Amino acid sequence: MRSQRPSGWYAVPAYGFFALFAVLPMLLVVYLSFTSWQGLGTPVPNGTANWSRLIADGEAHAAVGRTVLLMVVSWLFQTPIALLIGVWAAGQQRSRAVLSSIFFLPLLLSTAAIALLWQALLDPNFGIAAGGMQFLGDPDIAIYTVVFVISWQYIPFHTLMYQGAARAIPASLYEAATIDGASRVGKFLHITLPQLRYTLVTSSVLMLVGSLTTFDTVLILTGGGPGTATRILPLHMYITGFSGFEMGYASSIAVVLVVLGTALSVAVMRWSGFRAMSSQQEGS
Amino acid sequence: MRTLISTGLVAVAAVVSACGTAGPAEPGAGGVKVWALQDPVLNPIEQKSIDFFKSGGGNASLETFGNDPYKQKLRVAIGSPNAPDVFFNWGGGNLKEYVDAGKIADLTPVLDQNSALKSAFLPSVLDGAKIDGKYYGIPMRGMQPVLLFFNKEVFTAAGAQPPKTWDDLLALVDTFKAKGIQPISLAGSQAWTELMWIEYILDRIGGPEVFRNIRDGKGQGWKDPAVTEALTKLKELIDRGGFGTNFASVGYDVGGASTILAQGKAAMHLMGSWEYVNQLGQSPDFVKKGSLGWVAFPSIPGGKGDPGNVVGNASNYYSVTSGSSQVEAAKKFVSTALHEDSYVQALVEAGDVPAVVGVEEKLAKAANSEYTTWIYGQVKDAKNFQLSWDQDLPAEKATAMLTQLQEFFLGKVTPQQFVDAVAAR
Repeated sequence: MRSQRPSGWYAVPAYGFFALFAVLPMLLVVYLSFTSWQGLGTPVPNGTANWSRLIADGEAHAAVGRTVLLMVVSWLFQTPIALLIGVWAAGQQRSRAVLSSIFFLPLLLSTAAIALLWQALLDPNFGIAAGGMQFLGDPDIAIYTVVFVISWQYIPFHTLMYQGAARAIPASLYEAATIDGASRVGKFLHITLPQLRYTLVTSSVLMLVGSLTTFDTVLILTGGGPGTATRILPLHMYITGFSGFEMGYASSIAVVLVVLGTALSVAVMRWSGFRAMSSQQEGS
Repeated sequence: MRTLISTGLVAVAAVVSACGTAGPAEPGAGGVKVWALQDPVLNPIEQKSIDFFKSGGGNASLETFGNDPYKQKLRVAIGSPNAPDVFFNWGGGNLKEYVDAGKIADLTPVLDQNSALKSAFLPSVLDGAKIDGKYYGIPMRGMQPVLLFFNKEVFTAAGAQPPKTWDDLLALVDTFKAKGIQPISLAGSQAWTELMWIEYILDRIGGPEVFRNIRDGKGQGWKDPAVTEALTKLKELIDRGGFGTNFASVGYDVGGASTILAQGKAAMHLMGSWEYVNQLGQSPDFVKKGSLGWVAFPSIPGGKGDPGNVVGNASNYYSVTSGSSQVEAAKKFVSTALHEDSYVQALVEAGDVPAVVGVEEKLAKAANSEYTTWIYGQVKDAKNFQLSWDQDLPAEKATAMLTQLQEFFLGKVTPQQFVDAVAAR
């Protein structure tokens, strides 16, 4: 019997692009991580020198620490807000459409524009908080400012995911719960949340991997500063590679990032049972 | 995903460089390819020099790029089939990396054969592109020493005089703090602005030899006691509140350190000579009413360095790539078009101070002559012109040093920790 599914050849363009623009560069980076290369001439193999340097590099370790902090705080900050706004926006209120469109606005701006906007707003001499708290200038606060700006940009996206998923929850579940006398909070906790479980997983993976590899916002907003207070791992890689022109060493940092990112998404998928995805809706 | 992109960039750089070993470029239709920085003032003048070259029967074209992308693009392109034939650079250690890789044509024979060319430029500036006794670049624009700018109105209101010595400077810090004015403006989010301070202080205390030893890996290098002494002096200034408290997130772009000075929120600003043109563009009234003042960096009594020494960028240079198929035409371009009268005149009119001998007369006749004549005299009389350290050190060492310096200004590392960290690289 002939398969109803499209032939495997349909995937060739996708695989081709993936191989050319993801797999091949990654292999090259792995090769470069075993070389010394200043960006000029030919890379010179130097064994595991980059890797032993990475193991001993306090600055790189600190950058990993900052990256993890950024990831965790971003997730903790974005998830509840996106979830609540998303569920609210899935309702039937009259103001909903207008307000939802306004909440959606940050997503329409480019990252560079957002970073420049907040940089100007938080300018220590001419910004809204001039003379007060130093959101970008205080090494202890700057990373939280970065989290806030990233969240401001991406919460609308996650809100949209939750909104779509919450819309798909059958009304009959809520009707049954109402008949059973469940409260609003009870309905949210026992129907909405469990039904949104897989959306939560998807959104979390995107958030975690996204903040692991976030780069442009931090580069423009703080450049990793003040000092090294917001120099996260991707930025550390960039500065090593494109300011210091130590391409070999930057490549080993890149390999670490690829491995961490892949491991992270695999782990979240595993632990959350995402692979065994099943519908909990009626009729299945 | 963004990391993947940057990862990809590194890889693409690898591919491009690998292709580069394949062979020299085909002779381009545009003749000599000249690469320079994007600069609304300078670009038309550069175009003029190309037109001049063309009128003499040559053929050339100009391509320009933004600052940071330029450095990256140049890195990848040099040695590839897409390499420029002539490119804009800063001389010093930065250029040395390319020279060491065998990518740059030696211009010494050109200068030796043409004594009129060699004697056209100030020797101290020409030396900025001299590496291991050979010349690899020809100065193509104005000199950019670092000097101390100040707001005359703020000084008059406080009854103060611009500082002549380090102690004057410290006293001024107290004077302005008492008046609620930030004594010194600093664009601390960009490490190169902080670098200017330690460059000058070390030169005044230990003389130019200390940094030369650091650069050449001679003597005690960073462990020279003069370095620690200089850092300690600088720390005193930082801790005293010389730079205020919020410099860490101030930039040098619009609305940054220059604006604070122009608005009288700060009294002084140590910056390269381009600050004048910058202020003229951003706060024209401030400059036109004569409120922008300037002096040389204060002397430090008891120090070994000559108080006339300057630091900064001696000039920018055009260098010729050795792999170019147009080497001879490129050499002809750099040896004829850059000291030629109309080019120099155009630079002067743009407020630049060309590193050309005997340009005083032109400067005196042009606008802003008070300023440009002062700059010219300052550089001409200087016993030593130290190139900015971040340009004079190899990129990896410069990057590590700038990182440590920002931590130092934030008080996160002590002078000793700074020395230990940079000496370890």
